[in-house]
Amino acid sequence: MNKNRLLPFLISAVALAVLPLLLQGVGEAWVRIVDTALLYILLALGLNIVVGFAGLLDLGYIAFYAVGAYLFALLGSPHLSENIPALAALFPQGLHTPIWLAIPLGAGVAALAGVLLGAPTLKLRGDYLAIVTLGFGEIIRVFMNNLDAPINITNGPKGINSIDAIHVGGMSLGEPWHVLGLTLPPVTLHYYLFLAVVVVAVVMCLRLHDSRLGRAWMAIREDEIAAKAMGLNTRNLKLLAFGLGASFGGVAGVLFASFQGFVSPESFSLQESVMVVAMVVLGGLGHIPGVILGAFLLAALPEVLRHVAGPLQAMTGGRLDAAILRQLLVALAMIGIMLLRPRGLWPSPRHEDRLMPDDTAGGRA
Amino acid sequence: MSSPLLTVSGVSKRFGGVQALSDVALHISAGQIHGLIGPNGAGKTTFFNVITGLVPSDQGRFELAGSPYKPSAVHKVAQAGIARTFQNIRLFADMSALDNVRVGRHVRTKVGWWQALLRTKAFTHEEGTITRDAQALLDFVGLSGKAHQAAHTLSYGDQRRLEIARALATEPKLLALDEPAAGMNATEKLQLRELIERIRAQGKAVLLIEHDVKLVMGLCDQVTVLDQGKRIAHGLPADVQCDPGVITAYLGSCKPTH
Repeated sequence: MNKNRLLPFLISAVALAVLPLLLQGVGEAWVRIVDTALLYILLALGLNIVVGFAGLLDLGYIAFYAVGAYLFALLGSPHLSENIPALAALFPQGLHTPIWLAIPLGAGVAALAGVLLGAPTLKLRGDYLAIVTLGFGEIIRVFMNNLDAPINITNGPKGINSIDAIHVGGMSLGEPWHVLGLTLPPVTLHYYLFLAVVVVAVVMCLRLHDSRLGRAWMAIREDEIAAKAMGLNTRNLKLLAFGLGASFGGVAGVLFASFQGFVSPESFSLQESVMVVAMVVLGGLGHIPGVILGAFLLAALPEVLRHVAGPLQAMTGGRLDAAILRQLLVALAMIGIMLLRPRGLWPSPRHEDRLMPDDTAGGRA
Repeated sequence: MSSPLLTVSGVSKRFGGVQALSDVALHISAGQIHGLIGPNGAGKTTFFNVITGLVPSDQGRFELAGSPYKPSAVHKVAQAGIARTFQNIRLFADMSALDNVRVGRHVRTKVGWWQALLRTKAFTHEEGTITRDAQALLDFVGLSGKAHQAAHTLSYGDQRRLEIARALATEPKLLALDEPAAGMNATEKLQLRELIERIRAQGKAVLLIEHDVKLVMGLCDQVTVLDQGKRIAHGLPADVQCDPGVITAYLGSCKPTH
């Protein structure tokens, strides 16, 4: 890293480290909003690999979030041993999967699910792909909703609770820590963990983007036939995009399950999938800073609007429901952004923006 | 005089009721420029697509550099050593010229995604090689200064040349060009001709579909003529030019055909 980038880097690192400490003074609810936003950033980064890099519109991405969340819910709660006696005999203490095992496992299982769901869709493009992935996303949710009989695996719509908190070095993130005279509540501890995971995810995305593989994905996005004619095995490359993208969702799911301590199918509705797609598109398809911005705005915006909606509701004598108003404002914001900035809030810099000064053959209209 | 590079014979293809190709044969020798001409609708592009795996043929035997290949999947044909360009340019429009060529290097490089994630030595080394090779190819086709421009901002002639550079990046034994001079002005055609000759000088064979008879006759070592899905003539350009069947195909006959 060169010198003139080091200073902004250090400033933002310090700002990100201090942020929750300031916010927790105002109220822990604010830190919780940021935590949720970080999880959404992780989801958006993963979906960006599929939609932004490889150009495969996936409307069922939340399924991999569900896979990760349920994986940790099953491996980190008493639910399974309560319902399967054989398992209870095997693990008399109950299943308590440590996080260093759960994260790779969540990534792996979600990646496998991504490849399995991706495989039948390989020949589909655009709208058709979107419809099929949408269906797959719903199938996973319906499974979670109904796998409570004959053997109770997911506990159906009631969901699974008492999920373990994450332990780091034998210390639980579910209890406040006391460090250097500061009290760090669980939301702040989770903030640091999520931030670390997001930073790792960002580095991974940047490295994938600037690699042989990233260029191959973009070639598929730009022109699949030409990509094939260049010898690219588009089948394997697409499956890799589905798998790697899904693994981010799986990790986010594991973190979500332990953060909430509870999972139920309604957290993984179609609306959530659409929301994550909106984050990627709104921020700037394929451009990592843009995707982060989009995810942060769309995740935080409803919470901020919640505070704005209260007074408005009071003004209209309760006729304006807060939830409806939030949806309306989000919709208006999206329409506005699409009209004014059709390539997203922060799109990748286009190449013609930096034309060589000696170029004379620039503009083929 | 030179070894056969591509030997294709007995190629037939039917689209519903249309017999697009019937029993077409083609022999290309190493280091030669081979022209494929014929009137509109003769089946040139279909034949081209069959050879490059884009369209499956009903019948046909295919041999590249002495070993049979099956044009069943497009990417395998490119791996086997046939690279192509497209009649209607198909560049990766939003990517830079350099990246377009770097994608072409994909098939001859092999560092995996985990090495990209870990930024291993092998990855850094291969990336350097890919970029150098791609830049050298841009220099070769005369696009040195335009490496960082998006492909769709280049002029028409430059886009054609970039497509050739991208195809060359796959290290083909045979470069197949589908109407590379279409829409070019006289100067650009001259540059194209000179470029194709330089490609031949490197020992690569070139298959050229072209409407511009002057270009084909001046450039090609061998010519094959298709009409209505059949091969009606092949041989040296001068011989083909005087072939009565070819003249009839292009100009029509003055007698009623039945």
